[in-house]
Amino acid sequence: MVPLTHYLFLSATLFVIGVAGVLVRRNVIVVFMSIEIMLNAVNISLIAFDRYMNLHDGQVFSFMVMCVAAAEVSVGLAIIISLFRNKPTTNLDEFNIMKS
Amino acid sequence: MELLIFYPLAGLCVLFALGVVVSNSPINSAISLIGMMLGLAGVFVLLQAHFIAILQIIIYAGAIMVLFMFVIMLLNLKGKGEDDKWRSRDKNLLLTVLSGLLATGVLYKIIDIINAGDFNSPALPPETFGTVREVGTILFTEFVLPFEVASILLLVAMIGAVVLAKSKVD
Repeated sequence: MVPLTHYLFLSATLFVIGVAGVLVRRNVIVVFMSIEIMLNAVNISLIAFDRYMNLHDGQVFSFMVMCVAAAEVSVGLAIIISLFRNKPTTNLDEFNIMKS
Repeated sequence: MELLIFYPLAGLCVLFALGVVVSNSPINSAISLIGMMLGLAGVFVLLQAHFIAILQIIIYAGAIMVLFMFVIMLLNLKGKGEDDKWRSRDKNLLLTVLSGLLATGVLYKIIDIINAGDFNSPALPPETFGTVREVGTILFTEFVLPFEVASILLLVAMIGAVVLAKSKVD
């Protein structure tokens, strides 16, 4: 039986990789994918705790996380498309239409 | 025995996640992300969350990644342009150090939690743990209100996506 710690370490590692991706990368699509990695990392924690405490609440919650991820991706990609139509680049640093 | 399955799966997940962050072309990132999702589905099966594992493959590796691929193809991102030079950013070192600090903080907290609680001797779950019937029953009885709210959220997201992709930003 795999100890709970291993799952939590996997979850934390993936979460930190996601955070590093959001902070370091400047390509808007890669930043988006890093956010997906973070959501998935949280799902591992939820399901691992759920299994080790013999409940089903964590699975329902991770189901909700998936719903939110789907909604977030559809809206976010629509925003990316409309930004790209306005200015043909995917570099986050060049999106400053709200500044002036 | 389970450890023998867990370690390759976990290693694969971490490698693919690193691939998402490191690779230069968005298409390579997306393919790495699909690999990570599949590895995570394996981890969920190991945790006896069969329903969530199937959902992970269908929703993430299927729907969401197809959407990503679609947008990457639509925007025609070659991966060799100016946008993808991410090493040249002068703040990168600071940000990397910050995420390293976050990593150590999170790991420290995890060890703290593990030492405080008694999670390492789980009760043996029933045979039906994590099946569609079990999760569906709890979803439609105890969590029926959040479930309906989630459906409204998806509807709103759909409408929002259509409106945003149609209109022009000035």
